[in-house]
Amino acid sequence: MSTWPPCTMLYDGSFAGFLSCVGESFRQKVYPFYFLFPRTRQISLYPLREVATDQALARELYGQLEAQGSAAFRRLITYSFLTSLPQRERNMFDAIYLAFHHALPQDLTDERLLVLTRAVRRLVHEAHQYKGFVRFADYGGVLVGQIAPENRVLPLLRPHFCQRLPQEAFLLHDKTHRQALFAVRGKWKLRPLDQLDLDDPSQAEAQCQALWRQFYRTIAIPDRENPRCRMTHLPKRFWGEMTELRAEARQG
Amino acid sequence: MTIAEKLTILTDAAKYDVACTSSGGDRRGGQLGKTMAAGCCHSFSADGRCISLLKVLLTNVCIYDCQYCVNRTSNDLPRAMFTPRELAELTIDFYRRNYIEGLFLSSAVVRSPDYTAELMIRVLALLREEFGFTGYLHAKAIPGADPALTARLGQLADRLSVNIELPSAKSLALLAPDKKKEAILDPMGQIRDSIRQAKAERQKYRHAPAFAPAGQSTQMIVGASGESDYHILKLSEGMYRKYALKRVFFSAYIPVGTSPHLPSPVGFRPPLLREHRLYQSDWLLRFYHFQADEILSPDLPHLDPLLDPKCAWALNHLEQFPVEVNTADYRTLLRVPGIGVVSARRILAARQWRSLDLDSLKKLGVVLKRAQYFITCSGRMTPGLRVRPEGVRRALTALEAPALAPQYEQLSIANF
Repeated sequence: MSTWPPCTMLYDGSFAGFLSCVGESFRQKVYPFYFLFPRTRQISLYPLREVATDQALARELYGQLEAQGSAAFRRLITYSFLTSLPQRERNMFDAIYLAFHHALPQDLTDERLLVLTRAVRRLVHEAHQYKGFVRFADYGGVLVGQIAPENRVLPLLRPHFCQRLPQEAFLLHDKTHRQALFAVRGKWKLRPLDQLDLDDPSQAEAQCQALWRQFYRTIAIPDRENPRCRMTHLPKRFWGEMTELRAEARQG
Repeated sequence: MTIAEKLTILTDAAKYDVACTSSGGDRRGGQLGKTMAAGCCHSFSADGRCISLLKVLLTNVCIYDCQYCVNRTSNDLPRAMFTPRELAELTIDFYRRNYIEGLFLSSAVVRSPDYTAELMIRVLALLREEFGFTGYLHAKAIPGADPALTARLGQLADRLSVNIELPSAKSLALLAPDKKKEAILDPMGQIRDSIRQAKAERQKYRHAPAFAPAGQSTQMIVGASGESDYHILKLSEGMYRKYALKRVFFSAYIPVGTSPHLPSPVGFRPPLLREHRLYQSDWLLRFYHFQADEILSPDLPHLDPLLDPKCAWALNHLEQFPVEVNTADYRTLLRVPGIGVVSARRILAARQWRSLDLDSLKKLGVVLKRAQYFITCSGRMTPGLRVRPEGVRRALTALEAPALAPQYEQLSIANF
């Protein structure tokens, strides 16, 4: 960990913004102990530094992550940014500091990297779960889905759904992080989206959902009922957004 | 009849089929859909089984009278049949909404095997050719159908399967008098040869047509006839070798028939625990480099219901333990109870940089509750741990007991 004087950095919340903070820290020799962005409303004990996002600097540092660390290290850092790890930026900063000013620990059990590795493992796992558990509904030809993930999974889901639905227009809303993925025939954008109010589905859509619920009920073998096993594979936190389980989720 | 009624009847008729997996494919570039090598579970039904594919029969109208099968002619139940277009459209509707990875198409034999296979081909052809669907398609080959039809199915599907149904020709003759062992094994051999040929051609010409690129699988019913676990494992191992199968699925018999050759349905409980142990053993064959003869033998023909087969094997081979995690090779590590493929790989990667102790194993995510009895770290075991065969057996059995109790309710030997 660095011995530089601690400070709090205020940035725009983007990955390029975070890398700009790292650049600023290295230049000014200050240790960014807390990170704030306009949406977080916190008061900081340490001197506050407002860091403007510098795209060129961010790109430079992004290249350095691989040069000073490794391709795997760069992936670890970029993915870490999508996790819900507490003090995510500080942990990422510590790892980058280590890689740039000392050497990247090769020891896989080194606690300083393990924090990030574990968080990334959870992120990747959650993204994999959502590849299956996302449910779209057809609103006038546009497929609309909502999720409430712990981690920012949208960037990881994006290539998957764009490849899978190359001819469709779809919208996937992350309620937790108030972000949405908009895609039309393979072209896409990630944009902030606070709330999404949906009308009742059309009759055709409602019928399709009813067919799916009917399939879901029928495919289970009563002699083999096993609620605990289902819960292990499909935890209840997903149920509220899933066509076939929404009703059960509401009943509690 | 409405689509909803058809869907209900034909899902109900297909629910005993296992094999709802969507792995092994790499298909993309169509108008809709992409397959994932690792497969993808889209939901889990109330019985805890993964739902990956829309698993239905094209029809449950059947000319056969197999005693173990719910769709046998003599069984009085509602019958239905999808038109190929209805089923193709339903698949697309479900796929767009991300309910499923694709379609698992099976069918009872209506009119003749050829006629049935032709109808199935029409469903798959509609999906692939008219809708440009590149999601996952699993089709059952129909025993007795013309090989040319099976070949066509293989060109359209990602995976083909032929159900071996029962673990021996004798049981087959008894319970499925209309099906002959040869009629099942012939298409398996044909599919194997076609897959090999297509692979070889695709190495030469990139655009050569694929044939069931996700391979073939089979399933058998366990507990309807008297075969031992040893017999079933030997059979599975043989089929993996001979037919290069991707998977052998086991299905605990659920009483659907009253034939005197079947277990009496009164008070019968599906042998779910036995099925579970068979799957664990199957994993040992496929990923852990075990041979069936190491797991069981003619003198010890049944799996231990109280212990997973790897623990049972280790307890019978204590002379090969403890294993030193800092030096043991990959295959040796894989044989340690509690160490799986992921843990073994992490151990190999981590120990290049430092010697591992128990604490670092925990940090790597290696679960020690079983493994601790079978490993040393730089010559040391867990301090204070006593390792005497009977004590270890008791401890390992106790570890499993809570997981087994609610899930399998009755652990009586009557299930076996």
